[in-house]
Amino acid sequence: MSTDQHTPRPEALLTSVPVPGSTLERLHRRLEDAAAAVGVLDVAYTTLETPVGTLLLAATERGLVRVAYAREDHEKVLADLADRLGPRILHAPARLEPAVEQLREYFAGTRTRFDLPLDRSLSRGFRRLVQEHLPGIDYGSTQSYSAVARSVGRPQAVRAVGTACATNPLPVVVPCHRVLRGDGGLGGYIGGLEAKSVLLELEAAA
Amino acid sequence: MTTKQPFETLVTQHGPVVWRVCRAVLSIPADAEDAWSETFVAAMRAYPGLPDTANVQAWLVTIAHRKAVDVVRARARAAVPVAVLPEPPAHRDATPEHDSPVWAAVAALPPRQRHVVAYRYLGGLPYRQIAELLGGTPEAARRAAADGLAALRRALTTTDLEGEDR
Repeated sequence: MSTDQHTPRPEALLTSVPVPGSTLERLHRRLEDAAAAVGVLDVAYTTLETPVGTLLLAATERGLVRVAYAREDHEKVLADLADRLGPRILHAPARLEPAVEQLREYFAGTRTRFDLPLDRSLSRGFRRLVQEHLPGIDYGSTQSYSAVARSVGRPQAVRAVGTACATNPLPVVVPCHRVLRGDGGLGGYIGGLEAKSVLLELEAAA
Repeated sequence: MTTKQPFETLVTQHGPVVWRVCRAVLSIPADAEDAWSETFVAAMRAYPGLPDTANVQAWLVTIAHRKAVDVVRARARAAVPVAVLPEPPAHRDATPEHDSPVWAAVAALPPRQRHVVAYRYLGGLPYRQIAELLGGTPEAARRAAADGLAALRRALTTTDLEGEDR
């Protein structure tokens, strides 16, 4: 019986063989490349540390489709993207390289305009119309919700403009933080009012 | 309404299991990596159509079986003697550094036992499904698994397993 104590159970040994982390990383990168090459990668994502917290960046083949603040819950955001754009989603930073670079420059104060292909398929109708108008507000300046409503030809739709800003799927890059209340108050912000202040101060300082 | 998890979650949850299955079946680490990659690319292609009630691990292991067979066939074709050796792909230098003596013992099993042990004990497939993959009856698969496990036990008790931890 004493020998039995030293006899390894083969099935336990098999399942406990460690898989080197370096192997899994290499395999994951191979999968990212292959999936993108054969066109089965619905959404690629990565994360970026910024002065307003960790941002999730996601892109389809057509362009940047989602920027999400940590308070939106990145797991939930990915589940929502799986639902709306397709479940073939991978952490695949290569597709996000231009967005990461431009956001780094923006937070360093050296970039005042984003030049990225955007996939606006998460927005429809009036919200999309408003969101397409937002990049027209210059870096470092602001507009009121009612001024935006007038600009898009619906002067009565001030509340709807607020909703369009609050549901902007591409915050920071599509600058909904440049829209304030008529009395100069911050209004709301998808990333929280502190993040909105940080962005406005960054732009005012540059 | 049920929705599918992002594919990344499947890779995280099942990637190691699929790697162990491929590694046990194929013996050569670079072949195992080829089979793993082919498995997950094929799985990704088919994922939108996978029923939400499917057992994802079993699904991946059955794909891994097909891809492992493909890799073996490709290797057999490539084994034709040639005057000039082809350039090996870059990933061929992949890591035997962390290799466990367990894999050497598995590699020494007859192919059928090796497959059954991999799919049953590493992949968690039921014998009925293993029989469908490999041909033969579930009872024969069960016997092959028992024989394979007994052979592994013999091989591993005579191997210096301590060396693995040092």
